[in-house]
Amino acid sequence: MAKTKKPRRVEGGFSSKLIKKPIKKWFPLFMGPTIICFTIGFVWPFIQGIYLSFCKFRVTSKVEWTGLSNYVKVFQDPTFFHAFWYTALYTIVSVVLINVLAFAIAYILTKGIKGSNLFRTVFFMPNLIGGIVLGHIWSMIFDGILSKFDTSILLETKYGFWGLIIVMCWQQIGYMMILYIAGLQAIPEDMLEAAEIDGATGMQKLFKVTIPNMMSTFTICLFLSLSNGFKLFDQNVALTAGQPFVWKGNTQIKTTEMLALNIYTEFYGSNTAARGFAQAKAVVFFIFVAALGLLQLKFTREKEVQQ
Amino acid sequence: MAALKGEKRYNTFLTVLFALISIFWVIPVIIVVFNAFKLNSYVKTNTFAFPIGEMWAGMKNFVTGMTMGNYNFMKSVFYSFYITIFSTALILLCTSMSAWYVSRIDSLVSRIVYYLCVFSMVVPFQMVMFTLSRTADSLKLNTPYSIPIIYLGFGAGLAIFTFAGFVKSVPLGMEEAAAIDGCGPVKTYFQIVLPVLKPTLISVSILEIMWVWNDYLLPYLVLDKNLYRTIPIQVQYLKGSYGAVELGATMAIILMGIIPVIIFYLCCQKYIIKGVAAGAVKG
Repeated sequence: MAKTKKPRRVEGGFSSKLIKKPIKKWFPLFMGPTIICFTIGFVWPFIQGIYLSFCKFRVTSKVEWTGLSNYVKVFQDPTFFHAFWYTALYTIVSVVLINVLAFAIAYILTKGIKGSNLFRTVFFMPNLIGGIVLGHIWSMIFDGILSKFDTSILLETKYGFWGLIIVMCWQQIGYMMILYIAGLQAIPEDMLEAAEIDGATGMQKLFKVTIPNMMSTFTICLFLSLSNGFKLFDQNVALTAGQPFVWKGNTQIKTTEMLALNIYTEFYGSNTAARGFAQAKAVVFFIFVAALGLLQLKFTREKEVQQ
Repeated sequence: MAALKGEKRYNTFLTVLFALISIFWVIPVIIVVFNAFKLNSYVKTNTFAFPIGEMWAGMKNFVTGMTMGNYNFMKSVFYSFYITIFSTALILLCTSMSAWYVSRIDSLVSRIVYYLCVFSMVVPFQMVMFTLSRTADSLKLNTPYSIPIIYLGFGAGLAIFTFAGFVKSVPLGMEEAAAIDGCGPVKTYFQIVLPVLKPTLISVSILEIMWVWNDYLLPYLVLDKNLYRTIPIQVQYLKGSYGAVELGATMAIILMGIIPVIIFYLCCQKYIIKGVAAGAVKG
């Protein structure tokens, strides 16, 4: 990157004839496969998904337009609300814990203590092991501890909640730590030196120089952990799968069920007629996650303007 | 002098502290190893004990695990490898080509594709999972040999976005020079653009490998469960139906499933950590 001092910007005429025309001829090769697969794997399912959220399923393949009734039902569904609040609570706790701990670890590891590289390798390791496998490993560990007290992670909501927090911290701290280390290393050395010469203490340097210079890293990490939290599925399924269940009136509430799992069970549960309803839930979920994404974009843009 | 000594002692203290914290990070994997060699009846009661004396099971758990659920575990390993390698290769090739096209040609199609890609990055899988698996079924894309197409489709967004961000910073000069020398677009792409893209290729491939290898829901919904099970699918299936009975064998399976990952990590950890950092800064 540093080698290219002046990227030549040749607009129009010369480069256009020389490069652009021949490339255009090869459109089928360069764009064809991606466009076809993208249509199969994303565009078409997405459009169909929006359409089906307004429909009711009759027989396996026949659907009937019912307008907004699915959406009305979504906002009256107690299991969806429970899943939403449970997910929100989990996300808030995990985002705070993961980011604070990951930043603290990254800060200390960039101070040049012995074995920094080894520690970094160890902390990142859980990210290579997938969510399902992680969930099962930890469910064995938690049950190994809890069985000493004659209980299980499946029996109490609070065990399931804190269990999931522990698993996700264990996994994600390493990931966020890597991003924070990259951010810390990008801070100009002379800025810190200047602060030191002016007599700033370690704390002052941290809060007045280091952190303000890393705002874009913080934005990325916060939103990444936020959307990871809301979209969490694998670990949730493997660890508790919603257990324990309680009855509220005649609806069964799965107390540790998160949004993604709630949508999944609605789709593939015994009631196939509810698939339109499940798709409506998915659309609401999508709008929520997309809103988070747009918010992130806005924040990053603002930060870029300031710099 | 005294201050320097104090700082040194403080650093040693931090090293010891981090060594202790690291143990917490490694212990779950060690416990898996312990229990993979432990007789079933002791897994739940003596989870944290070293498999010694009457608890020692030898290779019994591995033998049981190999064929548990009437499914040869080696098949799962094969499918996991196959799907990961081919999906990643297909994504790298197709999306880097498209990203180059999108950034060099400023047309309506380019813009539509690019913005759809950015848009697809914020769409959670739950939004399309049902319709996607139905589409895959009706197009007969429900085998491990054709699932890379689905992965390319659903994963194109992030990859094109990352590649396009990098291609935009590559100067046109080299490509112009090649064109003057009579080099066609295909040759230019493979001999000039692709080598320049190498760091981004590594970074994207790391992210895709980590995603595809560990992915559970997409292959679970798309593939025919009786014929094709990847490692995560098989682990979840066994835990669901045999988990309470055959804990030792399940742990043996999990151990066999994570060994390739640990080896991959130890071999390429430098690239993996760099790739993750670069990928997120761009994304």
